[in-house]
Amino acid sequence: MQQIAKEQQVTLPPLNDDLSLHETGFDSLGFAILVARLEDDLGIDPFTMSEDAAFPLTVGDFVRAYENVPA
Amino acid sequence: MSPREIFTLRDYLGPELKGRSISDARRVVSLTTILEQTCLVGRFGQLAGRSVLLAVADQLISALAMIEIDGVARRMLLCPPDLNADHIETLIDDAGIDAIVTDQPGRWADVGVYLVVAARAPERAVKQAKSERATEWLMLTSGTSGVPKIVGHTLEGLTGAIVADGSARGTPPVWATFYDIRRYGGLQIFLRAIIGGGSMVLTEPGEALADHVARLNAGGVTHISGTPSHWRKLLMSGSAAGLAPRYVRLSGEIADQAVLDGLKGAFPEASIGHAYASTEAGVGFAVNDGLEGFPASLLGQGGDGVEMKVEDGSLRIRSTRAAHAYVGRHAAALTDNDGFVDTGDMLELRGDRYHFVGRRGGIINIGGLKVHPEEVEAVINGHADVRMSRAKSRKSPITGSIVVADVILADGCDVSRSGQIREEIMADCRARLAPHKVPVMIKFVSALDITAAGKLARTDA
Repeated sequence: MQQIAKEQQVTLPPLNDDLSLHETGFDSLGFAILVARLEDDLGIDPFTMSEDAAFPLTVGDFVRAYENVPA
Repeated sequence: MSPREIFTLRDYLGPELKGRSISDARRVVSLTTILEQTCLVGRFGQLAGRSVLLAVADQLISALAMIEIDGVARRMLLCPPDLNADHIETLIDDAGIDAIVTDQPGRWADVGVYLVVAARAPERAVKQAKSERATEWLMLTSGTSGVPKIVGHTLEGLTGAIVADGSARGTPPVWATFYDIRRYGGLQIFLRAIIGGGSMVLTEPGEALADHVARLNAGGVTHISGTPSHWRKLLMSGSAAGLAPRYVRLSGEIADQAVLDGLKGAFPEASIGHAYASTEAGVGFAVNDGLEGFPASLLGQGGDGVEMKVEDGSLRIRSTRAAHAYVGRHAAALTDNDGFVDTGDMLELRGDRYHFVGRRGGIINIGGLKVHPEEVEAVINGHADVRMSRAKSRKSPITGSIVVADVILADGCDVSRSGQIREEIMADCRARLAPHKVPVMIKFVSALDITAAGKLARTDA
């Protein structure tokens, strides 16, 4: 996220689980980039794989979406 | 039309011009004496007034058959070598084909067309064919999916740009093209060779580029045409050093500044032009100032029967060189009510020049914001260490699509620097493109697919 923030010229606030994604300063393009890069690194995209994946609201939700993917 | 007004290829071939030839990797055929020869075993008379499917695998024999059939048949449908066999019945039906000229007669025995004429290497003709009518030339569009459309031209329309350019002074040119001559871009070059009193060296399927270049040199080729993708491939191959053409022509895809500069560097003595043409709209114009795009002053009514305008962002052409119709029972209209062909090629005005930004159908939609892959490629290709690139769409659960790019690095580029090059490319893109157009990921690859028509493959676009 730090890398993308730098590329997108976004100043990230300190990240914690309760921070809302909106407050990170990332726009949807920033998240699209993050999800794509994570898919390349981890081989998974929880938002495409799961039909009922709720769109995450906080940084914690976002991280849990990845943790909850069945191995 | 009285026979005297008919204009056919035969009119440009005769014994007066010595030393003319057309060749592939296997044979050289004299164009000076070609009218005394036949590649149809003298059966051209049976084709009089017929609608002929020219399905000859061999490009050289195909060329000779075109010369022999033009002015004899009612119409002639040119089959490119990669034509999908599943589409043939529909095409025969739509074009009202009642004769097939082929070098594989066995293959056509059961398609229900009564007259099959074998084409083979030329031999001395007992009787010479005479021009009796203006043959309609039918070509196929090179679209990616479905049955290709049949586009109807006259020889007069096809050669409009060639006649307008006038004949070259000095030694007659020896033309070559990386295209197949059954495609619009290749046919233009074949016609230039015939009409301009020159010679031609054809491509050979499956031939290695170095062998092809050696053959171009041996044949004394002076004028060469191809798509930017063809030319990038040549520049990448290291074979370009052996060539010294007088004229280099690009068409069929967007010629960006990087490929124009690359060719200028490789062929400092050559004049380099990029032409705009399409199977439907014909040849629009050629630009010879070495810069990408074209002067906005070209829009409007040209003196040469070509009128151009921009509407809803795309180039529209009304032209005596355009096809006259799509052919077939369910054929759509080729032009709008005012006679303009919508080329689907999107333009952007920057200063006093229009730049091609991509195809209307190729737009990538990133959360509602649009980008043409070609505009991203133009920026990437501007990096000194890049030879060629392809931007494409990647699915995203957030924005629908994002842009990613595959990049081929230039020859001799130090692979250990790829990380740094990636950063530089990204910096170029961020400086020159809106944020949604900047590729999210750049992958270095060793090759990119080129279609049979010589264009960068954009299957997912």
